[in-house]
Amino acid sequence: MLSESSSFLKGVMLGSVFCALITMPGHIKIGPGNRTHPHEHHHLQAPNKEEILKISEDERMELGKSFRVYCIVLVKPKDVSLWAAVEETWTKHCDKAEFFSSENVKVFESITMETNDLWFMMRKAYRYAFDKYRDQYDWFFLARPTTFAIIENLKYFLFKKDPSQPFYLGHTVKSGGLEYVSVEGGIVLSIESMKRLNSLLDIPGKCPEQGGMIWKTPEDQQLAVCLKYAGVFAENAEDSEGKDVFNTKSVGLSIKEAMTYHPNQVVEGCCSDMAVTFNGLTPNQMHVMIYGVYCLRAFGHLFNDALIFLPPKGSDND
Amino acid sequence: MASKSWLNFLTFLCGSAIGFVLCSQLLNILLGEQSDVQPNILHNDPHARHSDDNGQNHLEGQMNFGADASQHKDENTDIAENLYQKVKILCWVMTGPQNLEKKAKHVKATWAQRCNKVLFMSSEENKDFPAVGLKTREGRDQLYWKTIKAFQYVHDHYLEDADWFLKADDDTYVILDNLRWLLAKHNPEEPIYFGRRFKPYVKQGYMSGGAGYVLSKEALKRFVNAFKTDECTHSSSIEDLAMGKCMEIVNVEAGDSRDTTGKETFHPFVPEHHLIKGYLPRTFWYWNYNFYPPVEVSLEILLIYKYR
Repeated sequence: MLSESSSFLKGVMLGSVFCALITMPGHIKIGPGNRTHPHEHHHLQAPNKEEILKISEDERMELGKSFRVYCIVLVKPKDVSLWAAVEETWTKHCDKAEFFSSENVKVFESITMETNDLWFMMRKAYRYAFDKYRDQYDWFFLARPTTFAIIENLKYFLFKKDPSQPFYLGHTVKSGGLEYVSVEGGIVLSIESMKRLNSLLDIPGKCPEQGGMIWKTPEDQQLAVCLKYAGVFAENAEDSEGKDVFNTKSVGLSIKEAMTYHPNQVVEGCCSDMAVTFNGLTPNQMHVMIYGVYCLRAFGHLFNDALIFLPPKGSDND
Repeated sequence: MASKSWLNFLTFLCGSAIGFVLCSQLLNILLGEQSDVQPNILHNDPHARHSDDNGQNHLEGQMNFGADASQHKDENTDIAENLYQKVKILCWVMTGPQNLEKKAKHVKATWAQRCNKVLFMSSEENKDFPAVGLKTREGRDQLYWKTIKAFQYVHDHYLEDADWFLKADDDTYVILDNLRWLLAKHNPEEPIYFGRRFKPYVKQGYMSGGAGYVLSKEALKRFVNAFKTDECTHSSSIEDLAMGKCMEIVNVEAGDSRDTTGKETFHPFVPEHHLIKGYLPRTFWYWNYNFYPPVEVSLEILLIYKYR
C-alpha cells in the first residue's frame, strides 16, 4: 500500500513537472515584458484624407483600379446557408473570391481541401492561393462565412500600404504572449507575408501541422505562431480616430453594447464609419447589410469620397 | 513480486497523467488571466485601459445617436438642410405607456430627431418623456380612436407649425430626408396623402397603417372637419381602413409614393421581408393588397420600415 501510494505521488510530481516544462517556455517572456511595455499591441492606421488628396486625381483613379484583393473563404458543409449568403453578397466585391471547403457540397462551387481541420484547411488554402495567384494579387483576405466584409473599405485602408512589406492585420487579440489576428474579424496578408508564410509551410517544426500538446490550438493562433517565425507580426487595424475597423462582433451586438455602456454617445463609441468587417451576422442580415451599405441613401447628404473603388464588372449587387 | 512492481508502475502512470492534467489546467487558468480585457470600456478603443482621453463626463440618461461630427466632417448636407427648412414635417408617433421605455425611447433617440417637430401620442400623459395623453384606453381596437384624437390634437395645437403631418408607429423607422424628397414636389395646400397604397375595400385604395402615412395640411384640415360634420364614422376596429374610407369621403387623394423607377418607398415589414426573394410566400395576403404591381426588389430610395 505504501509503495503504491509513493509511486502514485512520484507519478503526480513527474507529470506536473513535465507539463510545466512543456508549457512554460512559451510563456516566460511575457512576465517582465508586460510590465515594462504596456503598449505591446501594434496599431495600424487608415490613411488620412489629407494625404490622399495630395495625390493627383488621375493617379488616384489609376491606383484605385490597379488595387486587387483576393478573397479566401474557408467553409464547411454545415455553413451552407451562410456560404450562400456570403457568395451572393460581399464576395462579389472582391476582385476574385474562392471558397475552400472541407468537402465538396453539391450546387456550391468550391476547392475541396479534403480535411476537416481548419488549420490544415488554412495552410492548404494559403499555399494554393500563393502558388496560383502570387503574380496577380498583392493582398489576400481570409474570412469565415460568418464574417461580412466591405471590400471597398478594405481597399481604402490598404491604399497607401506597401504590399512588399510583411503586413498581417485585422482585429488583434492577445493570448499569453502571442498577439494574433482573430479569424472572425478577417485576416489580411500582404504578398510579402504570403511569401514568407509559404516558405515556412514546408518546414516541419516551424509551422507545425499539429499545434498544442494536449488541446488543439485555434487556427488563427497557429497562423500567428508560424508567421512570427518569419518575422511577420500582427497589427490591429484602426481608423484615424483609433476605432477598430475589423470587428469580431455583429453590428447589432456592437450597438447594443454601446447603448448599455455609454448611451450618451452610442455612435461615437460604437463602430468606425469605415468598418471593414463585422462577424456573427445571419444570412438574412447580410442581405440587409448589402442594401444598407450599397443601396440605401439619405437624399441630400453628399459624401465626398477621396477614392472610389468600383466593384469588378459583373458583380450584380452594387 | 512481478505483479506488485507492475501495480506500482500502473499507479505511477496514473499519478503522472493526473499530475500532468491538473498542472495544465492550473497553468491555463493562470496564464489565461493575462489575456483578460477589463469589461466596461469602450470596446473598440485599445487605449482605453492606458490613457484618460475618454474620461469626458457626459450627462447620464439621454441616449444620443446623433452623428459623430468628426466622422462626418466631409459630408455635405446643404441639400438636406435646405429641404428641412422648405418641407416642414410634424411627426406624431403612436405609442402607449408600456412602450415608452421599450420602443418610443429608441424612436426618440434616432430618426425622430430629424422631424421638424415630433410628438409621442399615448393614452395617458407622461410629462417626463414627454408624451401627450389622448385620454383613451389602450388596445388594437382603440387605434382608430387614438388616431382621430391625435390628429385633432395636432390640428388644434400645431397646424401652422408644419406643412405635412406624418403618423408612424413606435416600431417604424422613417428616413425623413427621403420623405422630404417625395413631398417636395407637392403642395401642402393640395388635399393628398401618401403611404403604402393598398387596393381592397376602398375605391381609390387606402394606406397601410403599419408602413406609416403622411397627410398634407389640407388633408389634415378636412379629416378633422369630417368629425365635426359627422361625415366620417368615429369608430372602427381597423384604423388604416377607416382612415382610407374617410379620406375618400372628404375627397383627399390617395397619392402615389413610388420612386422614379416605380419601386415602393413605404414598407409595412422589416427590411429582410422585402429584400429577400421568396421570404414572403406567394400566398401571403400582402401580394393581393398592393395597389401597384411589384417591381424588382433592390430598392433605391426608401422611407419606412415596420414591424420590428
